[in-house]
Amino acid sequence: MNYDLECKNLVKSFDQFKAVDHVSFAIPKGSFFSILGPSGCGKTTLLRMIAGFYEPNQGDILIKGKSVLNTPPNKRPVNLVFQHLALFPMMTVAENIAYGLRRRKIGKAEIKQTVTDALQRIGLPDAGPKQIDQLSGGQKQRIAIARCMVLKPDVLLLDEPLGALDLKLREHMKVELKQLQSQFDTTFVYITHDQSEALVMSDQVAVMNQGKFEQVGTPQELYYAPNSAFVAGFVGESNRWQGKAVSADNQSITMETISGLHIHAGIPLESDISTISRFSVGQDVVTYVRPESISLKRITPDISGNNSPTQTGENILQAKVKDLLFDGAKSRALMTTSSGETITVSLPQTGEFSNLKNGDELMLSWRADAVKIFHDSAL
Amino acid sequence: MMKSDSKRLSLILLLTPFVLWLGLLVIIPHIDMFLLSIRERIAPRTYETSFANYAEFFGEPLYWNTLARTALMSILATVLTLFIAFPVAYYIAKILRGKSKSILFLLCLLPFWVSELVRTFGWMILLRETGIISNFLQWAGLISGPIELLYNDITVIVGLVYTSMLFMVVPLVSTLDSLDDSLIEAGYDLGGSAFSVTREIVIPHAMSGIISGCIVVFMLTLGNYLTPILLGGKSSMWFTGQIYTQFITRFNWELGAAFGFLLLFVSSAIVWLGLKLSGQTLASTVAKN
Repeated sequence: MNYDLECKNLVKSFDQFKAVDHVSFAIPKGSFFSILGPSGCGKTTLLRMIAGFYEPNQGDILIKGKSVLNTPPNKRPVNLVFQHLALFPMMTVAENIAYGLRRRKIGKAEIKQTVTDALQRIGLPDAGPKQIDQLSGGQKQRIAIARCMVLKPDVLLLDEPLGALDLKLREHMKVELKQLQSQFDTTFVYITHDQSEALVMSDQVAVMNQGKFEQVGTPQELYYAPNSAFVAGFVGESNRWQGKAVSADNQSITMETISGLHIHAGIPLESDISTISRFSVGQDVVTYVRPESISLKRITPDISGNNSPTQTGENILQAKVKDLLFDGAKSRALMTTSSGETITVSLPQTGEFSNLKNGDELMLSWRADAVKIFHDSAL
Repeated sequence: MMKSDSKRLSLILLLTPFVLWLGLLVIIPHIDMFLLSIRERIAPRTYETSFANYAEFFGEPLYWNTLARTALMSILATVLTLFIAFPVAYYIAKILRGKSKSILFLLCLLPFWVSELVRTFGWMILLRETGIISNFLQWAGLISGPIELLYNDITVIVGLVYTSMLFMVVPLVSTLDSLDDSLIEAGYDLGGSAFSVTREIVIPHAMSGIISGCIVVFMLTLGNYLTPILLGGKSSMWFTGQIYTQFITRFNWELGAAFGFLLLFVSSAIVWLGLKLSGQTLASTVAKN
């Protein structure tokens, strides 16, 4: 397998603070790789090391198999799309795009042709003579990418470029960025704190926290099979409960929260036998359940709920509607259990629950294998 | 009605000092100077309107040579000030951070707390025949006898550049401060060298500061009297010295006034030419600061 970008054991510290702590990863050619993490997790530092603006304290960066550690930023085959795009206001759009080409001592006619092609490609064929401040946010975005892409970099780095756009445009640009990436067929490394951006666009996502990669995987893997409490909490929405393990058997672990709620968590089949031994009775654990994996049922006289595993691997619970959060297809309800815990559930869009009111009683149920359980470190 | 009245009153109150300043200290003296410059004394206490004073300026090579020399040396001093001040301003604005930045900026400002006269005497203490540098060189055995470093053109230029530094550094620091660091980084990231980033990104951005700094420094240098006279001595041939001579020594106010007007005209023409060559307008350079 040949990789466009490989980082080996990168470390960068500022005084006592380790911004990037032994990070290793490899990105195959032509893929869209995102680094997702909260602000201050070290993702920008990592990106700036790849671009060449910071020197790592330890480790190596390889682009197409060659170390670039001793290559200054203006000689590296990577380009960076800055957070605020950093288009040159003293130049026109065409001059901005031609800037990098001019540095390479390419003939005037060829530069002109390349710029025209690039503008055509990003759908702004007439923008060439415009000034930067005449462009809209989305157009600036495209110019900033085109300015880098004409240089045919091996890797394009993007530093939260959608951050400054409004929501509608951001949604639109997500799709467009993905299209541009496949159009140019270049490896993109995209950093963001917005999980939806990372999930929608990426082939691979790395979740970063406190200078370390918590998990690297496809968006689906991160969402459905998070391997740490941080990933489970950071990617997507979740109900989170802390408590102690009270019983464990081959298939499941039962946790009790401080308020007395019992949660049964299944052990995924594929996990090795050590998973079970990982948890022992009395340990502090934390569980995550996605709002959409909880199914709702209206109360009928013949069922009454007090979470007991009637069917194997099922959590059943009675709760009262505390608040309805209407958001179209993403509508949710906040439920309170008799013990006072709050649970967020997604409302199915079948219309069945469209007449739900505050105070209504519902039966909540979710499968034990929809529960992700982790040791409770000091999070 | 009330509202517009009070608005007018506040406008009048705000404008009054400005109008008084402009009228009493700028316009009236200049009108008077101009009238003075276009009269010719034909007999004691009898005057006639003529351009004889201006004709005398062009007829006497010493006069116009002095003006041309003053203008050229002022341009040279301005350019040198720019070349020295630009790296200093860049270092203060873009490389230093936090405390050291304000300390260095303050250090640039510090000499200006002392009067120009005292600072110029400082130079004289260093440079005169029995001064510190001359003595040091003799002590070190590099020269055999005392050396006079004052009273030449190079010393005058050095003094003028020193006097002007602050007026160049301040506008440059403020424009460079407003340059987004990521633009410089983007310049490098896209393959630019230090030279091309400076030429294509830093200088175009700093142009308004460069021009306004140059205008201020040029005007101050051209109109400077103290530094050229003290450091250049009698042979400095600075045009302001010539004006002083006409007014005070020769008591020829008419010619002195004509010289004053010629100086104003030459400085305006050079500033206008500078703006044209750099493609800036006076409004854009002043408004940005």
